[in-house]
Amino acid sequence: MSPLDFLANLLNPDLAFLPKALAVAVMSSVVCGVVGSFVVLRGMAFIGDAVAHAVFPGLAVAFVVSGNLVLGGTIAGVLTAILVAVFSQNRRLKEDSIIGVFFVAAFALGIVVISSAPGYAGSLQQFLFGSITGIPDSDLWVVGITSLLVLAVVFGLHKEFVTISLDRESARALGVPVFGLDLTLYILVTLAVVISVQTIGNILVLALLVTPAATARLLTDRLGVMMALAPAIGALSALVGLYVSWSWDLPTGGTVVLVLTAAFLLAWTLGPRHGLFSRNRQRAARAASTHAGGVPA
Amino acid sequence: MAELGTVAELVEASSPTAAASAALEVREVFVELGGRPVLEHANLTIDHGELVGLIGPNGAGKTTLLRTILGVQRAVGGEVTVEGRPARPGRTPIGYVPQRHEFAWEFPISMADTVMTGLTRQLGLLRHPRERHWLAVADALDRVRMTHLAKRPIGQLSGGQRQRVLVARALALRPAVLLLDEPFTGLDMPAQELLSELFTDLAREGRAVLMATHDLASALYTCDRIALLNRTVVATGAPSVLAADTAVWSDTFGVGENSALLRILKAA
Repeated sequence: MSPLDFLANLLNPDLAFLPKALAVAVMSSVVCGVVGSFVVLRGMAFIGDAVAHAVFPGLAVAFVVSGNLVLGGTIAGVLTAILVAVFSQNRRLKEDSIIGVFFVAAFALGIVVISSAPGYAGSLQQFLFGSITGIPDSDLWVVGITSLLVLAVVFGLHKEFVTISLDRESARALGVPVFGLDLTLYILVTLAVVISVQTIGNILVLALLVTPAATARLLTDRLGVMMALAPAIGALSALVGLYVSWSWDLPTGGTVVLVLTAAFLLAWTLGPRHGLFSRNRQRAARAASTHAGGVPA
Repeated sequence: MAELGTVAELVEASSPTAAASAALEVREVFVELGGRPVLEHANLTIDHGELVGLIGPNGAGKTTLLRTILGVQRAVGGEVTVEGRPARPGRTPIGYVPQRHEFAWEFPISMADTVMTGLTRQLGLLRHPRERHWLAVADALDRVRMTHLAKRPIGQLSGGQRQRVLVARALALRPAVLLLDEPFTGLDMPAQELLSELFTDLAREGRAVLMATHDLASALYTCDRIALLNRTVVATGAPSVLAADTAVWSDTFGVGENSALLRILKAA
């Protein structure tokens, strides 16, 4: 299918679910790219994965009682984050073990809950691997408003997030509320995950959070640029992924993630300064200048 | 003489606490960690313009004392005052320079922006830096002689340069008290000497500087005063005076007569 046919399909009123899926996928990618920048820079990828799994019981409960999925997922995600924060106070166990315990438990709870719903195999697959059909119009609004809210908070608290990411102790000494900001960041990650789960699926959503931001980090040494590049890479990959999956009848979530991964590998090998080739070049340049005796400390 | 007297009176009249009290005063501080006492009856006073070395064995409570002064660690008893007022995080401008490894050096940020994070709280929520904040950052960078590297990403800096960025960040608030935690660890001698000079200058400009360090030789050489710490401030005094009293050192560190530590003291 040519891109032009894809565009025609997007505008075809009989395929109204397609532009809706595209809108949700692009909005999710933008939000995940921005929030994911902090996830990548703070080494929170495992927490991101945990949150992604932790929202599942909330989605399941909301699904069973026909409630709001975004709200259900957010409550479950935040509850798990608080549980992890509380149980991490025990110094005998490190935080990653606590996360390991709770996120699998949350996921298991979700499976048990959703199994009580009729026709559960189909809905389970939809939750785990995403689906582009059946996004109601109301979700478009929920996702849009949630996206704006998350972006507003990230930009509003930007300098605070940077300050606590650099060094928590000094931030505390400055009187910056480190715990509150950490919790806020967890909630933002939860929201980013919840709005993305529908199209990309629960298991693959981590890729949306981590891969575009990691790719952007390979391309720049400036935070501002990184936080603009990551959502751009994510949104473009969502568009390309949806196009490819629609054309060849492939699962959408998986295809989007593979496109993201391709972008990451491209940046790794060809990126300026950090890339494989330029690294070799830099090493050669450094060796040459060492011999010339002109290396600044 | 008459003129000097008038100035002193004026200072005292305008700001009675600043003139009457020390820059930093730690009084009878008692700190517990996990139910175990770490500091007991700790007393230490530092005047404006003084560079004091805080020395003691591992686990003596050096970092705990610094954290208590910052207000990050709660004291069970006692009091910390800065220029006569109780110290509170975010209210009292105390400059803090953490150990180098506690900072995320791989973060994509320039040196100037890093120094600006020292003003995060002062700027307040939803506020962007204004001209005077950038001036404070420029001043701080100039003070540590790093203006030429202001736009350099912090990941590309050497160990000595990294220590300077942390000092500049602490100076951005223009604090009266500066706390340094092991600033020399992992640095070569030329870098250490440059930093020592910087710390002396910072003290001479009127700040009270307290430096926790394991580097005995450079502390004895650089500091105006040494405070020996092991659960409490065991002794304090000018390096030359304190170095002569080997008993107090073997007491603080729990070492015998033939220890290399005592031989270093005798050499100094």
